[in-house]
Amino acid sequence: MTDILPFLKSLISAPGLSAYEGPVAHLIEEKWRPLVDEISTSRLGSLHGLKRGRAKAPRPALMIAAHMDAIGLMVTKVEQGFLHLDEIGGIDVRILPGTPVIVHGRQEDLPGVIVMPPLKSLPEAAREGAIGLRHLLVDTGLLPSKVASLVHVGDLVSFNTPPVELSGEVLSGHSLDNRASVAALTLCLEELQTKSHLWDVWAVATAQEEETLGGAATSAFHLHPDLALVLDVTFAKGAGDKGSGDWQTFPLGKGPTLGWGANLHPYLYKKFKELADQMEIPVAMDISPSNSGTDAYAIQVARAGIPTMLIGIPLRYMHTPVEVVAVKDIQRTGRLLAEFISRLELDFVSRISWEDEDGK
Amino acid sequence: MKQLIQKLTDTFSPSGYEDAIRDVIRSEIKGFADEMRVDALGNLIARKGKGGTRVMVAAHMDEIGLMVTHVDEKGFVRFTGIGGVYPRNLPGGRVRFMNGTRGVIGLDGSVVGNDLPALDKMFIDVGVSDREACPVKTGDVAAFERPFMDLGGRLVAKSMDDRIGCAVAVEALRALKSTSNEVYFVFTTQEEVGTRGAQTSAYGIDPELGFSIDVTGWGDTPGQRDFDMALGQGPAIKIRDGGMLSDPRIVDWMIAAAEKNKIPYQREVLLGGTTDARAMQLVRSGIPVGCISIPCRYVHSPSEMIDYADVQNAVKLVTALLRPPIKLP
Amino acid sequence: MANRTPAVGAAQVRLLERLCRAVGVSGGESEVRRIILDEIKSHVDEVKVDALGDVLALKKGRGAKRLRLMLDAHMDEVGFMLVADEGEGLYRFKTIGGIDPRNLAGKQVLVGRERKPGVIGAKPIHLTTADERRKPLTEDALRIDVGPDAKIKIGERGTFAPNFQRVGPALMSKSLDNRLGVATLIELLKGSYPNVDLCAAFTVQEEIGLRGVKVAAQYFKPDLGIVIDATPANDLPVQFDGENTFYNTKLGLGPAIYVSNSSTLDDPRLVHFLQRVAEQAGIPYQIRQPGGGGTNAGGIQRAGAGVPVVSLSVPHRYTHSPMSVARLDDWKNTLALLHAAIRQITPALLKR
Repeated sequence: MTDILPFLKSLISAPGLSAYEGPVAHLIEEKWRPLVDEISTSRLGSLHGLKRGRAKAPRPALMIAAHMDAIGLMVTKVEQGFLHLDEIGGIDVRILPGTPVIVHGRQEDLPGVIVMPPLKSLPEAAREGAIGLRHLLVDTGLLPSKVASLVHVGDLVSFNTPPVELSGEVLSGHSLDNRASVAALTLCLEELQTKSHLWDVWAVATAQEEETLGGAATSAFHLHPDLALVLDVTFAKGAGDKGSGDWQTFPLGKGPTLGWGANLHPYLYKKFKELADQMEIPVAMDISPSNSGTDAYAIQVARAGIPTMLIGIPLRYMHTPVEVVAVKDIQRTGRLLAEFISRLELDFVSRISWEDEDGK
Repeated sequence: MKQLIQKLTDTFSPSGYEDAIRDVIRSEIKGFADEMRVDALGNLIARKGKGGTRVMVAAHMDEIGLMVTHVDEKGFVRFTGIGGVYPRNLPGGRVRFMNGTRGVIGLDGSVVGNDLPALDKMFIDVGVSDREACPVKTGDVAAFERPFMDLGGRLVAKSMDDRIGCAVAVEALRALKSTSNEVYFVFTTQEEVGTRGAQTSAYGIDPELGFSIDVTGWGDTPGQRDFDMALGQGPAIKIRDGGMLSDPRIVDWMIAAAEKNKIPYQREVLLGGTTDARAMQLVRSGIPVGCISIPCRYVHSPSEMIDYADVQNAVKLVTALLRPPIKLP
Repeated sequence: MANRTPAVGAAQVRLLERLCRAVGVSGGESEVRRIILDEIKSHVDEVKVDALGDVLALKKGRGAKRLRLMLDAHMDEVGFMLVADEGEGLYRFKTIGGIDPRNLAGKQVLVGRERKPGVIGAKPIHLTTADERRKPLTEDALRIDVGPDAKIKIGERGTFAPNFQRVGPALMSKSLDNRLGVATLIELLKGSYPNVDLCAAFTVQEEIGLRGVKVAAQYFKPDLGIVIDATPANDLPVQFDGENTFYNTKLGLGPAIYVSNSSTLDDPRLVHFLQRVAEQAGIPYQIRQPGGGGTNAGGIQRAGAGVPVVSLSVPHRYTHSPMSVARLDDWKNTLALLHAAIRQITPALLKR
């Protein structure tokens, strides 16, 4: 299996905030071009890569979605050289003070840091407890007149923590949600270069998952696949998550998870579980009773409905600039996907049944 | 244009009950559109131009309102909101029902202290003494009633949100003597309850790109710190709001047109609130969208204030965008 | 021994970067100590390391009535110590020195003698409630994560990950407090001041109670002392109707002369002396607002029979956080003021 780490590191070093996925889309397109037969971009900026199956047309089609957008921030106001912020995607404000960022001005990228202002500069009511986002500021180190000419309301601000390898083949950085899944999807495409498959495969790097699931909804409408798989990160056990959320966290580096719940088709869960067991890939059941909180939520109800499945890659500290993922889990996910695809029979969809609703 | 604005804001049409405003707008654009139709949810769709890039421009014609939940024994009318109706904008307000009945909003006396109660602790007093005499019943619909006020540079009325957007769309349609594009001006219904008209009309039209014209908030009165938006500094080009991110290509296109035509503009990042563009963006295979906003003070109150020059500049900007052939990168 | 006029140029900025990238938490200053010893050894007459780890260097002057001048720059920084191993690469930690816990979550760190990378993660927002998010995260709720295989022992120390940058007029880095002071003192030792015995103390454990300076002052028994440090600039805009009256110092206005802080009332003779020197030489300076944080001056002033002191600092924003911000010009002017002042010190300075 090729070393996915350099590609993954490049993915998490490129900005790609929701609706502004250009830079990361470009990297993915370059990587996928030699791996697929056709590549195109949707109306909302999602990347569609088609690898044709070898069955005679008309062939059924499988869509695999991994969102490429990442959370970040946007400038709402420039005040005496300091920048006020709004979030794009959900961010726990408590992790922001002291975070290094890049401010993407119209002409230049500017390094900066999110700072907690002196408490006395805040209204009294705002000094207690966690400092709210409306009071945090970005300092770029530049003089106010320079900032006013380089930065405007609406400019993007992305995290600037560099990728760092921790012990035990583990990578830390920002935007591993969901670039880790894009890497897994890429590994799958690489495996498929030497594994034949009957079905058409649409590899889709979706846009705007963190804001509206818009890329997934519109790509599913457009491609109208017979089956859909969604790759997203899930919660790995890490610091601070003891308590009632325990059932939602999984050990880091002990295999991907398989989604279970109303949003996902139980027949697909069964098939993936059987396959993982055969391949000796450890997997865990990842429960979301109603809404999986991923692109699957939009895809399942596109057009007249699409049987959808979710594979999760465990990730510590989701939605912080120091997310942590095990490279092995990414590799396992890529292999599991490729094997599933290579075994897809033409009549798979007709065999999807509802008898096994309890996952047995 | 002030007369048009007054005519539109004076019309009674809460979400779901847009017949009256549709008739008014239809009469205003008759003769200027190439084709007009009304779709299944009551959207008024006016096409200008044929062939060329298919563009949808949405301005919602519904306004927020109130609906009767119960008339009590003494004839006091309990109500709920249609769209974003906020307690702080209600006490002492005057309303008018679809059947012409008028009334005043009162507060339940059992409410203690200075905190504003929720809607269910308020009522509408229509001046009767018992239920039998009450001219309205459960399910009846009302809207704010306030006279239009011309302060010279600033105009005040109820339902500037979004009759001002409709006014801009009407004026742009009239000014657009010819266009290289196929433009669908859609006066949408039910925006205030979830951008519903926009979603279905966009599905039906399937445009290649689009934008909405709506009001946005304000940041230039005492104590307002978070929103960098002022009346009189030009219409706003929306980059983001609480429900969506505008397509960057649309934002760039709008900024380029404003700068080329020397039209003042502001960049908008609105925390909270959204417009028809959000619904348009996610329809079918997706539509690149943006929004042109009119800065508006006291939004969703009975006295919304806009700057007249901002409105005129918005008309100029919309016209400048729609006239030449549109090609996004 | 090369003698030249101390100044801030590219080489000095590179030295500052080296110092800032070092991990030298109070009680574990070795890495910084090594850099200092290496830099100064060929420029001084005597150097030793005392029982607490202070570097004490002497540059002898000439002439009969010369004063013993002690210059102090603390070389420690705030940081953490790992206190318990919870398995899977997660460690409990305690902060050393005053770090606002609100600056901890979501940060990259460097831990141990072997400088192993780690992160201080935080629970995913999806698993928190709105109520929870209103309460700040405390040190006890957070863990340092170094990955499942790291063999790091408890007791090791760490800091925020090094991140030095020169951006336009600004220097942005962790531990500008007090590597700016250390770099300044190193540079001064490369100059020549025959009019004084220059006693340079690179002291330890300032951040946890001004510990090193006390013993250094006992050792040197100086006639006067100048403390070189970095002081906070709280010069951000107020977020309500009003004026910022609590800025302490401001970026861009030059070195800050202290008149009073929580540990000392600076000697008025020395305060006025520095002002005169600055005005004569055309060097901008500011007076730091009285009150607030202590410097090592307190440790010198009450040593033995007492020593007149003054503190002079480079202003910097966001002290004790992962990234502070200072102005290159303020540093240049601090060094220039010290150089001009030291050359003019005579016994007359202390006459009453």
